[in-house]
Amino acid sequence: MKATVSVTLKRGILDPQGQAVLHALGSLGYQGVKDVRVGKLIELELATNDKAGAEAEVKAMCERLLANTIIEDYRIELVD
Amino acid sequence: MSWWTDLADALSRIGILVFPGSNCDRDCHHVVEQIMGAQAEFIWHKEALLPQLDAVLIPGGFSYGDYLRTGAIARFSPVMAAVTRFAEAGGLVLGICNGFQILLEAGLLPGAMLRNRSLSFICRDVHVRVENRATPFTGRCKPGQVLKLPIAHADGNYYTDPATLSSLKAGNQVVLRYCATDGQVTPAANPNGSLDSIAGITNAAGNVFGLMPHPERSAEALLGNEDGRLILLSLLDSIKSGRFSPKPVMAS
Repeated sequence: MKATVSVTLKRGILDPQGQAVLHALGSLGYQGVKDVRVGKLIELELATNDKAGAEAEVKAMCERLLANTIIEDYRIELVD
Repeated sequence: MSWWTDLADALSRIGILVFPGSNCDRDCHHVVEQIMGAQAEFIWHKEALLPQLDAVLIPGGFSYGDYLRTGAIARFSPVMAAVTRFAEAGGLVLGICNGFQILLEAGLLPGAMLRNRSLSFICRDVHVRVENRATPFTGRCKPGQVLKLPIAHADGNYYTDPATLSSLKAGNQVVLRYCATDGQVTPAANPNGSLDSIAGITNAAGNVFGLMPHPERSAEALLGNEDGRLILLSLLDSIKSGRFSPKPVMAS
């Protein structure tokens, strides 16, 4: 089973990388972009096929290491 | 045992952590021995126990290549569990730059670091105002003294939630704030976008201090700046006072 974890800065925290990309897109003529958030994508290959157990374990990984929950939100997607 | 060990026993002993990617460890060793007149001891990150120490210094650098987040991997090194026990027993811990980032990730200090507002790595002298001189790290400073110190970082944009910021302020834990040469704290004098212009904080107990500027790079007239001595020598005074000796703890 694979898990994909996306980590982004929390809403309300200024994302300077996102702002830089937003301005660059604007200068390329893409005026329709209202906001950009840049984050991290972490792919995990898991030994288990137990979805509930995997979800709980990856959540614990996020809380302990993969994300800093003071500044970041995370989203977990599991793929068989 | 001999005159030499007697002498060594009399010297203050400061441990300097070394992670893969630490690069200010030798500068710290130099100032501990040459400026503070103490005994410096490198401690590799794999060590699970600390020797008998009077203080722990976590130097700057790029521990583990700053992978994931600055300090995020170093925080799980065996030595950090020992440093946490040392800090909880009241021992003095000083984290400089990446050392500060590691202390934040380890939860020994509150908050987190964001990328600098400018997205640039900033390497230059800044001015900081001493907001609290009643700490083990600032006793030699005058109230409100402005120090010129160098910074060199890409992730020094301190952030914490409003409730934690209030408690930091209420507890006088904000020790250094970025300021102009005249001591005014202004947005223009804030190099990295740090919340409330915070450059250095202590924990609630006051024995753990993290700061982004580098006192070890500014402690000698030869280098054109001695302001960093005040922080290093304040720490030495605190060690010698004996008031911050870590309480003995049972090995776990």
